[in-house]
Amino acid sequence: MAVALEVKGVNKRFGGLQALNDVNLLVDEGRIHAIIGPNGAGKSTLLNTFIGRLKPDSGSVMFDGKNLIGKLPHQINQIGVSRVFQTPEIFADLSVIENVMIPALAHRDGIFELNAWKPMRKETNIRQKAIDVLEDLGMEDKLEMTASSMSRGDKRRLEMAMGLVQEPKLLLLDEPTAGMSRADTNNTIEVLKHIGDSRGLTMIIIEHDMHVVFSLAQKISVLAQGTVIVEDAPENIKGNPKVQEAYLGGAH
Amino acid sequence: MLGLSRNDFLMLLLVLFLVAAAPILLNPFPEGSSLAQFNAGYPDLMQRFLIFGIFAVGFNILFGLTGYLSFGHAAFLGAGSYAGVWMLKLLTINVIPAILMSTIVAGVFSLLIGYISLRRSGIYFSILTLAFAQMSFALASSVLQPITGGETGLQTNLNDPRILDGANTSGNIPAPSLFGFEMRESIQVPMGDWLWTFNVGYYVCAFVLLIAFYIAIRIFRSPFGMMLKAVKSNNERLSYTGINPRPYTLAAFVISGMYAGLAGGLMVAMDPLAGSERMQWTASGEVVLMTILGGVGTVLGPVIGAGIIKYFENIFSKINDNMLQSWFAFMPDGLESFMVAVVHPFVGKGWHLSLGLMFMLAIIFLPGGLIGGIDSVYRRIFKKRAQ
Repeated sequence: MAVALEVKGVNKRFGGLQALNDVNLLVDEGRIHAIIGPNGAGKSTLLNTFIGRLKPDSGSVMFDGKNLIGKLPHQINQIGVSRVFQTPEIFADLSVIENVMIPALAHRDGIFELNAWKPMRKETNIRQKAIDVLEDLGMEDKLEMTASSMSRGDKRRLEMAMGLVQEPKLLLLDEPTAGMSRADTNNTIEVLKHIGDSRGLTMIIIEHDMHVVFSLAQKISVLAQGTVIVEDAPENIKGNPKVQEAYLGGAH
Repeated sequence: MLGLSRNDFLMLLLVLFLVAAAPILLNPFPEGSSLAQFNAGYPDLMQRFLIFGIFAVGFNILFGLTGYLSFGHAAFLGAGSYAGVWMLKLLTINVIPAILMSTIVAGVFSLLIGYISLRRSGIYFSILTLAFAQMSFALASSVLQPITGGETGLQTNLNDPRILDGANTSGNIPAPSLFGFEMRESIQVPMGDWLWTFNVGYYVCAFVLLIAFYIAIRIFRSPFGMMLKAVKSNNERLSYTGINPRPYTLAAFVISGMYAGLAGGLMVAMDPLAGSERMQWTASGEVVLMTILGGVGTVLGPVIGAGIIKYFENIFSKINDNMLQSWFAFMPDGLESFMVAVVHPFVGKGWHLSLGLMFMLAIIFLPGGLIGGIDSVYRRIFKKRAQ
């Protein structure tokens, strides 16, 4: 199986805290790879090094034959890596549909395009693409709503729409269902499964909700204290003593 | 129509109507009546409405869309003015090359300053632009004297080369013109007690304003405009969306700089004189006030804000104590002088005080500026009807 993302020896130290300690990771192409671990294990920090938000002290992150370390965030996105943020990072003053059209335009036009004459309402393809994604996520009735006025769960779904509309090769999901109702969570699982199957999209998902993890993941890495302690198929994770020790602090 | 949505097209028609009819609309009071001093329908002031309208519309493309608050845009207005006067001196007294060159020079100048200033955002950006503008002001009034005329300013002379017009060393200094029509020419139409003045220069400004306004609407409604709004809303997120925000903000900076240059060019086309005070920080601050008062991020707001501020500056500043006394003459003596004393600080030289109060009221009660206020009133009425 082809490898989509190869993480080698990534270290990151914040003062006295070794946040990431020689992290190695192999993510298979077209698969959904979950990263789980207790709070503070370094999961979000790890994702931050993939998208150019954080520069690790050492190590490499290879995607599509390119090292992502040292690249700027917009360059990484244009290579085909999109991230869905844990705390919704949306364009709060803009409408829902605009929030999704912006990444769609970025996908089509690249890093910069002085497209200052064509009216936005004539960008029907972009608009349709955005509507399609929002429909998949059950948000078609909220197109003109101002993004900031939505519930937290809806903001998460909007985040996901912003990632999906770019048709990335690799989608990074940081707790995509946090703050969602059970019904929305299940719907999100279905959507992600469907996209994973139909587009062969590679996904890395960080999640605390084990229901989501075991519904989606084809491979799981367990991160504890900044290092990967186990990487295995989902069925082998639950009973693994190392995992239980990480979560329960050895008191099993 | 013209690639605009119905509402935008109607707005453009409204502006077209207001601008075309301004010489009539702004002279509501009969000539010689006691209220005639509130008439604003004279060419000099109306030209200023439009020129500062253009300046503010352009400024709003930067400040309103991207949220980057420049405190140095007067530098581009000043640079445009100097470029314009030089074209009038060297090339031709026809205003077209002057206006074009003003825009180009201001564009190049803003590219330079924008490229450096946009390395920072927020207050640091504002301070960088302020510093550049004050440097430009200081240079223009001192060491650059051969180019700018120093503190006396730059103006046209009788013995200027004017290559395209042929030498002319006798008679009067030619006035800026458009294919023979002098900017200062006016037709005065008495209509009953009223006097309407239709001025060539005013309608040249009106034509340019309409084009500038139309371009601004197109920019606001374009994908580029949406990206600028995204910069304001969440600059960091934009970069994780695959967009490099820097060239977008720089483009907005240069466009607004070119608008400022265009305004400067029109100024010298109306009156061929450019002084360094045009670059001073107070001039930069004024356009910020205009935009905020009218409504930041609205298409129409800055034009209205510019009009109001220029009206205050020119009309309120002319009210003196004699006028006040005549207004309050119907009151008993003691009360009259009391009222005059109360109103006195707000008019004449104190017009800034009225403007400041109005600005404070607008900021506190109309956070969206005048346009935002009108909009919310309109919505309230509309909603009530819907229910």
